[in-house]
Amino acid sequence: MTYQKKDLPSSISKIGMALLAFGLVFGVVAFFVDHSRAVFNYLIAFTFMISIGVGALFLIALEYIVGADWSVPIRRVVEFFAAIIPLLAILVIPLLFNMGELFHWSHAEAVADDKILQGKAPYLNVPFFIIRVFVLIGLWSLFYFFFIRNSKKQDSSKDQKLTTINIRLSAAFIPIFAITISVSAIDWLMSVEPHWFSTIFGVYFFSGTVIAALAAVTLATVLLKEHGYLHPAMTNDHLFSLGALLFAFVNFWGYIAFSQYMLIWYADLPEETFWFMQKWEGSWAIFSIGLIIIQFLVPYIVLVSQPAKMDPKKLKFISVWLLFAHFFDLFWLVMPEMEQLSGGYSFSWIDLVFPIAAVGIIILVFNMKAKKENLIPIGDPKLHRGLDFHL
Amino acid sequence: MTNKKIFGVTALFNDPNAIIAAASKVDSAGFSKWDVNSPYPIHGINKAMKMKPSKLGIITLIFGLSGTVLALILMWWTMSIDYPMVIGGKPYFSLPAFIPVTFEVTVIMATVSTVIAMFAFFFGLPRNTHALHDTDYMKKVSRDHYGIVIEAIDPKFDERTTLEFLKSLKPISTEIIYYPEKEEYPMFEPRFLGFLFGIAVVVSLGTYLMLNKLMYIEPFDWMDNQAKIIPQTGSEFFADGRGMRLPVDGTVARGFILYPFEGQTNPTEVLSNPNFPTKENLELGQRKYLTYCSPCHGNFGDGDSRLAGQFPNPPTLHSERARNFQDGMIYHIITVGQNVMPSYASQVTREQRWAIVNYVRALQRAKNASDSDLKFVKAK
Repeated sequence: MTYQKKDLPSSISKIGMALLAFGLVFGVVAFFVDHSRAVFNYLIAFTFMISIGVGALFLIALEYIVGADWSVPIRRVVEFFAAIIPLLAILVIPLLFNMGELFHWSHAEAVADDKILQGKAPYLNVPFFIIRVFVLIGLWSLFYFFFIRNSKKQDSSKDQKLTTINIRLSAAFIPIFAITISVSAIDWLMSVEPHWFSTIFGVYFFSGTVIAALAAVTLATVLLKEHGYLHPAMTNDHLFSLGALLFAFVNFWGYIAFSQYMLIWYADLPEETFWFMQKWEGSWAIFSIGLIIIQFLVPYIVLVSQPAKMDPKKLKFISVWLLFAHFFDLFWLVMPEMEQLSGGYSFSWIDLVFPIAAVGIIILVFNMKAKKENLIPIGDPKLHRGLDFHL
Repeated sequence: MTNKKIFGVTALFNDPNAIIAAASKVDSAGFSKWDVNSPYPIHGINKAMKMKPSKLGIITLIFGLSGTVLALILMWWTMSIDYPMVIGGKPYFSLPAFIPVTFEVTVIMATVSTVIAMFAFFFGLPRNTHALHDTDYMKKVSRDHYGIVIEAIDPKFDERTTLEFLKSLKPISTEIIYYPEKEEYPMFEPRFLGFLFGIAVVVSLGTYLMLNKLMYIEPFDWMDNQAKIIPQTGSEFFADGRGMRLPVDGTVARGFILYPFEGQTNPTEVLSNPNFPTKENLELGQRKYLTYCSPCHGNFGDGDSRLAGQFPNPPTLHSERARNFQDGMIYHIITVGQNVMPSYASQVTREQRWAIVNYVRALQRAKNASDSDLKFVKAK
């Protein structure tokens, strides 16, 4: 059995285009109808794309640094998802023009009569924020560029040294990833409510990030494998590891989310608890309980048994579910901070537009990359062992 | 040598793929009592051996869930029924605080029961040795070879044909394994016990050094040397060296009421008993009297103390003088003390003091009952 490249059907790019066009048109309308709500939704969609892209980059580095074999045949799928990273530099621009809408701390007059914001001003100020944003995207893009260049080169040269180089790159990337993902969690999500702080917040976002990236990879892998775009020697045993990782990170998310909640609940300090109180007001309480069910309980029950972790049908369902769950998580983090929604949620069509556009962009980038390259890293020295993987 | 009992025959391979191929051939040949030995878990061997999924998981699940339930019941009963305590202003039954304990108990029940079940059902205790131990075969499969063993208890086993069959799988070598001449169960062998004892000593010593020595060395003692108030020592936090702040002049603590009659001899005009001698009130008074008053005054107020000789006996409470005291006077004496009797203000609250007064009144009336009292009791 040998691999032969098949081009993805053109319907994929059509779907992506349709979603993006829909999102773009209604997104622009949304900016005029309800500016504030549109900006907040854009932030959620943007952080979701950070999750997918940077999370995928982390998965690539993880494969290299732990020397995993099983994931080699699907590494290209992960790489295609990471391809969104350079695009973040463009996608971030609308947010930077609307920082006043998002971030209370970006108003000089608000800082002037707020002691807490004055204390945080050395970190939370507009110039430093913009520098951080582009330094982070730059760092991610740099690593993405090198990882992908080496991986691509290997397709033709089959040079083992490139794997060694990528292993060293991963060793450098993992600590950088830990810092950058925390910084972006603090900058984009925590500083929406600048008076609140939680030291575990970076880890919280990290857990969601990996879940989202893994879910996207799982969904794409199952679909591509079902339609024969991946190596024919791949079995459901390969899926098992994806399912197991998903299960592990669902647990990890639950652990971190609960740790954050319990410490704040126990200490009962008003300067920390108000953030959770906001998420318990009016209909937000339903969202808070829903988050536990959607992001933890349902995936836990679905994935807990061994056969479920390698069942393509269940994996397809749960990865779509978890992608939604991560969106829901971000929505829950950000939206209650919006002034007009502080008492409870009220539905608006704007909330649906931006996720659709984000999914469209991710599909288009994936498709663009998949057209140009092999869908499996045919030159990787570990590919054979990876295909041989059995439980 | 020839009359030794055969345990089984073995075949060695030096390639994981070869052992997978060989295992599926042994399986299709219809053997049932056979096994594969390898230095590490081989992917795909379960399928080749057609092994059923282990049933151990069911035990883990049952015990894990019972751990969850037991932990919750334990905390619910101790924390909110048997000895309810307010901790940090939280409700008696506050689930978030119980989740970590529930989680830990679930995990420990699941893991310990799994290990015990493995010992009980799969390891064949008390036998702690095996015919394959101390053979060249075992040494090789622990290092860099992969082996198959077909046991003699297999119904299809026959020394010659099975050996032929194994040879047909093209192994690098085959071997017949015999039981040791004398089967031993060296569970209580001195060397093994010595080993256990040695481990116990090392672990104890390590724990001792860790908790009593290492934890007092920088930087591990940082948690010990926190900036906090330590009783009976000065504090450098405030300029006056006190750990806590004095109340602002003219203020009192919430719930604290000054006793304004200290030093007076008979403040009874303004001090009158706010409580009726109801049954509950008298029972409260009895409890407190027996706890705080009876050691000196005696169980019935006769001044026949249990502490006779160690402490001067107080006069009886049934004297003419004591019976003519106003309620407020007894309350005053309990509050500020009298002669050698110290103040009991810090031991018994105001409510309890008044209850004691009622109880002392009841004692006095019982000891010096009037005729009408006796008639009333008799009528009852």
